[in-house]
Amino acid sequence: MIQSQQQNLKPFSIDWLTLVLYYIFVVGGLFCIYASVYKEDHPLIYDAGMNYGKQVIWIGISSFIGLLILLVDEKFFYAFAYALYGIAIALLIAVLIMGTSFRGSNSWIEIGGFRLQPAEFAKFATALALAKYLGGFRIKFTERKVQYISIGMILLPMAIILFQNETGTALVFGSFIFMLYREGLPGYFLFIGFMIALMGVLALIVPPLYLIIAIGVIAILMLLFIRRNRQNILIVFGVALAFIIYVGSVNYMFEHVMQAHQKSRINVLLGKEVDLKGAGYNVQQSKIAIGSGGLTGKGFLQGTQNKFRFVPEQSTDFIFCTVGEEFGFAGSVGFIVMYLLLLWRVLFIAERQRYKFNRIYGYCVAAILFFHFTINIGMTLGILPVIGIPLPFFSYGGSSLLSFTILLFILIRLDANRINELQGSFE
Amino acid sequence: MDSSVKRTILFLIFCVIGAVFIVRLVFLQLLDDSYLRSAQNNVLQEQTIYPARGLIYDRKGELLVYNDAIYDLTVIPEQVKNLDTTVFCKVLGITKNDFIAKFEKLKRGKGYAPYRPSLFEKQLTIPMYAAFQEKLFDFPGFFVEVRTDRKYKHSNAAHIMGYIGEVTDRDIEQSDGYYRMGDYMGISGIEKTYEKDLRGVNGVRYILVDSKNRTQGRYKEGTFDTAAIAGKNIALSIDQVLQDLGEQLMRNKTGSIVAIEPSTGELLALVSSPTYDPNLFIGRDRGNHYMELLRDPTKPLFNRPLAAPYPPGSIFKVLESLVGQQEKVLTPATSYACHHGYLFVGCHAHSSPNQLRGAIAISCNGYFCQVYRSIVNNPRYHRVEEAYNSFHDHVASFGLGKRLGVDLFGEGAGFLPPATYYDKVYGRYRWQALTTLSLGIGQGELGITPLQMANATSSVANRGYYITPHIVKAIAGKPNPNPEYNVKHWCTVDTSYFPIVIEGMQDVVERGTAYIARIPGIEICGKTGTAQNPHGKDHSVFFAFAPKDHPKIAIAVVVENAGFGATWAAPIASILLEQYLTGKHDTRPALVERMLNGNLTHRDDSIPATKSETF
Repeated sequence: MIQSQQQNLKPFSIDWLTLVLYYIFVVGGLFCIYASVYKEDHPLIYDAGMNYGKQVIWIGISSFIGLLILLVDEKFFYAFAYALYGIAIALLIAVLIMGTSFRGSNSWIEIGGFRLQPAEFAKFATALALAKYLGGFRIKFTERKVQYISIGMILLPMAIILFQNETGTALVFGSFIFMLYREGLPGYFLFIGFMIALMGVLALIVPPLYLIIAIGVIAILMLLFIRRNRQNILIVFGVALAFIIYVGSVNYMFEHVMQAHQKSRINVLLGKEVDLKGAGYNVQQSKIAIGSGGLTGKGFLQGTQNKFRFVPEQSTDFIFCTVGEEFGFAGSVGFIVMYLLLLWRVLFIAERQRYKFNRIYGYCVAAILFFHFTINIGMTLGILPVIGIPLPFFSYGGSSLLSFTILLFILIRLDANRINELQGSFE
Repeated sequence: MDSSVKRTILFLIFCVIGAVFIVRLVFLQLLDDSYLRSAQNNVLQEQTIYPARGLIYDRKGELLVYNDAIYDLTVIPEQVKNLDTTVFCKVLGITKNDFIAKFEKLKRGKGYAPYRPSLFEKQLTIPMYAAFQEKLFDFPGFFVEVRTDRKYKHSNAAHIMGYIGEVTDRDIEQSDGYYRMGDYMGISGIEKTYEKDLRGVNGVRYILVDSKNRTQGRYKEGTFDTAAIAGKNIALSIDQVLQDLGEQLMRNKTGSIVAIEPSTGELLALVSSPTYDPNLFIGRDRGNHYMELLRDPTKPLFNRPLAAPYPPGSIFKVLESLVGQQEKVLTPATSYACHHGYLFVGCHAHSSPNQLRGAIAISCNGYFCQVYRSIVNNPRYHRVEEAYNSFHDHVASFGLGKRLGVDLFGEGAGFLPPATYYDKVYGRYRWQALTTLSLGIGQGELGITPLQMANATSSVANRGYYITPHIVKAIAGKPNPNPEYNVKHWCTVDTSYFPIVIEGMQDVVERGTAYIARIPGIEICGKTGTAQNPHGKDHSVFFAFAPKDHPKIAIAVVVENAGFGATWAAPIASILLEQYLTGKHDTRPALVERMLNGNLTHRDDSIPATKSETF
């Protein structure tokens, strides 16, 4: 048995499908980044000064780190989960105090020519720490105390990142609700989460008074149809009141707490404001680019929108534009299906784990990737507000590529061990 | 619930989102072909439509400021291709190094983006514009944008008009996205105060151009376009004729004229001399002109009527007469003898003793030193500083020693020394009336701006209140746009104390020191002043209002280094009063001629020169 613990990684135990999908996205992303900055004037494929040149370096670094992760003993991640979480929190605080301001947020550390964003690394660190805590012996998520602690572990990095003015990244931590659901959070929390999101949006579109009246009417109607005992009445009124307070505070937050650029982004999305100059400009250009792709697209490097007035930040947040324009409907649907395939694969891997730690971590990975996928493509298509978060593996950006690589490769490493365990138990 | 069911539920949620995206893509890419048309080898371009800036009129509807077309050269750097720099530079009349430097400067500018239009060269001359129009096809990426600049019809009232100029980086930041690089805004004068009314609202037009920059049409049939809204027209309270005459009379003299309609607080004329032609601040050379004016030793850019403080001289005696009565230390019958002055303050030869009315008429220094002394050493108060403070507050209620709040930038507060000032100079309890006696004849530390003088005159004309002086009469046809300018500011002197002082002021013109200002048929009330000037010859000061009952105009004139008030300031004021009240100024041609041609510009240099020869 001692031998089996020291067994090395066997190549065949790696989940090759995930790895292949990973490289398809990374290399595909590289081509799209190249396309998004492509000009006839400089058709060189490699230029270390340009985005795609830097991305090549980052892919190399990420592959190397990924390989290192695969070579590390899987106990390492379990053993150091809290330590990594602690380091991530410390880095977040450090950056808050002395980080470099870049693109309106105060969340970057500059090393050489590259900028790193500790918030990216906080994602997998939090996932590991949550997995360790919830995967612990005799820990059940149904216990009140466990719920508070795990939610506190999520809220802590989230709050710090909010202070760094990186609302998008902070929201990513909310995606852990999917993992909590798997671990025993009642299903109606997902429903309530959905209702909160819906009410939040409605609160901004519909005048709050109407919404409050509507909530009241629904509450009264509900009381007419359910058994009117004391408990039910209290619950209905309690929930209605909570929603009314929520609607009011959303409105207040929007008017008084949010910053002008965030407000205008949301207003543009809700159709309250037409602003082709500022917040609406990206989305409008993005829609033109995608819409002009048609069924089969214009072909690689043939996208006209890229060449002249491309969407600002096309290579990072709006990278999906390039897919839409150059590869058309077929390419876009293919891309989405492939992404869903990756998400399914991650869920599949997570569910086949024997250890709770591994499984919880796997669900965290799926949740994070899904959240990024939804928000990023949603905003590119103009159905979600412009929240600047990247498309994992695909967008330009070293910090994000590296952190998603680490996130995914830790899962691959943990999963590879599963097969070892099986073999060990057969021996 | 079985855990693999939960996995399936989660994956179903993922798939729902994926399906929503695909449906959205069906709409964007397959069904709605407007995006395709928008993008079919086309590029969306945003053009700003600049509205016409509001016009400016005088109180009688005479046009003062209008707009003139100018041509700016803009560039979209990304679209510049195969540019023949030699030809380009030749048309523009610049060297190749200039060209490179310009581009470098452009790139450092705020809001620069290679796909956005940036201002390359502003205000092309007409021949340049013509040459450019012809060759524009050879210079892809360059465009000529038409916008408007100001023209000043009468070339006067420069200090009132102010000027417009290009916005700075700071303006852009503070404007919350309204201004862009290369925009113009009011920098001073009325253009600055009423910038938001005058500028209007920029419009935007979205057009589609192909890769060769040829216009292909409107984007989405102009759904997103917004029309430019023209700026509001503004009517000033200025009387153009009066203003112009005032400036002519002040030519080759240094000083100010401020005329106010007492019942409304409207400024009728605001002359600052030396002045300049506001049209100098238009066109390509405005930067050079500005620097020239800035270096000019006579300081033509200095807005004297609003900012220059002078000791008011004898005109201060009018306020003392009022305050003295209010403080019950002076009655119309109070009589003081004058033996060529009082203590160390001298006085000219005149009959003695005098009562209040007569003392005002002949401007008796001795009399008013006594009045000042009785106010400050008033036994009703326990201490001198209490009495002095009371005096200070009365005088301040006429608008002295503080900014009045005129709707022009650059207003100064002047200086009305508070008791604490003398405490600092002499020590607490170590000063009294005699220490500060020069205040009694309007000299000493006092600093009053011509605007404040005119406002005080206006207060006397109104028998005890003033309305904050202002220059706007109507915005977009709506009169009295600012409610602040309807408020009566009451002075702390009762209306009943004014008539005797006003009688005295009428005597000043009818038979006193300002006899020269008399106009048959018009009852003018005035007061001369000769403000001592430690730097050179005394300033000539005069303030007046007319007619005596229901005054229509209050005026203050200061002519620097011109000697007695009666010599220059009083006749100039008189000519202006006549012009405003009768519409002409031709009854005294010799006087007008003398005032128009009077040249006081070289006096200052000559006096020290002769002195140094004597010694």
